[in-house]
Amino acid sequence: MSNSGFLKSSIGKKVIMGATGLFLITFLVVHCFINMLIFFNDGGETFNKGAEFMGTNWLIRATEIILFVGLILHVVQALVLTLENRKARPVPYAKVNGAANSSWYSRSMGLLGTLILMFLIIHLRHFWVESRFTDHIAHNEYEKLAGQETMYREMLEVFENPIVVLVYVLAMISLAYHLLHGFQSVFQTLGLNHRKYTPLIKKAGIVFSIVISVLFASMPIAMHFGFVK
Amino acid sequence: MGGTSEKMINVTVKVWRQRNKNEKGTFETHDMKGVSTDMSFLEMFDVLNERLINEGKDPVAFDHDCREGICGMCSMYINGRPHGPKNAVTTCQLHMRSFSDGDTIVVEPWRSSAFPVVKDLVVERAAFDRIIAAGGFVSVNTGNAKDANNILIPKPEADEAFNAAACIGCGACVAACKNGSAMLFVSAKVSQLALLPQGKVEAQKRVLDMVHQMDIEGFGNCTNTGACEAECPKGISLENIARMNREYVFASANEKK
Repeated sequence: MSNSGFLKSSIGKKVIMGATGLFLITFLVVHCFINMLIFFNDGGETFNKGAEFMGTNWLIRATEIILFVGLILHVVQALVLTLENRKARPVPYAKVNGAANSSWYSRSMGLLGTLILMFLIIHLRHFWVESRFTDHIAHNEYEKLAGQETMYREMLEVFENPIVVLVYVLAMISLAYHLLHGFQSVFQTLGLNHRKYTPLIKKAGIVFSIVISVLFASMPIAMHFGFVK
Repeated sequence: MGGTSEKMINVTVKVWRQRNKNEKGTFETHDMKGVSTDMSFLEMFDVLNERLINEGKDPVAFDHDCREGICGMCSMYINGRPHGPKNAVTTCQLHMRSFSDGDTIVVEPWRSSAFPVVKDLVVERAAFDRIIAAGGFVSVNTGNAKDANNILIPKPEADEAFNAAACIGCGACVAACKNGSAMLFVSAKVSQLALLPQGKVEAQKRVLDMVHQMDIEGFGNCTNTGACEAECPKGISLENIARMNREYVFASANEKK
């Protein structure tokens, strides 16, 4: 077997799922920290500075490409694995008692992932496309002075719509469950299972999944109800 | 046996019938009246089969051998779980006292493309044998028996290897996994040898060859749901899968090809 053999093997494929998943988790952390700048409640001044930096710094823009590659790998690999797994059981059971041996969300990663992907398309359309591919949002002081929208004002506008807020909150619930399984699963996949540390990793995973999802969900809620102006 | 706790219950058994590999199967329903709660699940099937034979019908084919929970033959998927509703037991160690009067019990064969149904509840698990043949052994020079304790092994390692070696290869992990993955089985077989000095010599080649064979056999991929560990009659731990992942990643990176 060569290196391509590793990537085609069942373990290689799950290592790719885990590694890209872990990478996407680090992205969530960065994204969440920048977004939390809205809670300065200073009319978006600090947040806009953060958004501008993320939008213009070449290193960040380069990382953005890696991020998309990671995301696509994660999604494509999930599809490949799901199709293979279906083939592994051509005749389904008449009666399955999955609850007896595993959590529903660990068995529903594909469904939760699909929901998150659908949200992601909406979310990218709302903000990423607006800021990168239209002249709608200002990228520097001059454009701002010329009266162009800022990322912050764009957020306020988007989250005026209660349906959008609801979609965002539901998506963050999906994210929370996806991470509840995904976070600790990464460590198992990479072979890091230890009697002393695994219980800690599992607890950290639960805390991380809930905290990050609640923080993200709190942003559209805070803007919609005017806690942040 | 028996005693005062014995009760007689009536149950309905919905069992999978399939003539051979190629024919499509279907469920057959049998009313079982006056079943002793002291009977084992397989004894209940023996009673059913005696009745079927007396009626001139084809008895239900099912695998069984030792009936003491160590051979791993009794593969039955009972009410949505391999080896039935109790944890850490094989079907032969399951008793009718685990069921209630009036229950309907659905019994299916293991479902996996790598375990084709031979007849009724009997599946062919030769895929496991081929995985073992691919590397689940330690090459030795035959000859006089070596002295015991020639190689000293610390107790914790010996225990760990023994726990992995407790796997009886029944296939409940594959049957329980929503993906039909065989990783718990393969990882137990990789671990029991990788943990010991005698097995370490060939550890890298072993894990590569066994995982390769596992993939060829058409088992699904592991998504860490933990269903295998929960359903394993011998309590084989997920730690073994993590160990196999680790061994496999290092062995792949080390490969000289």
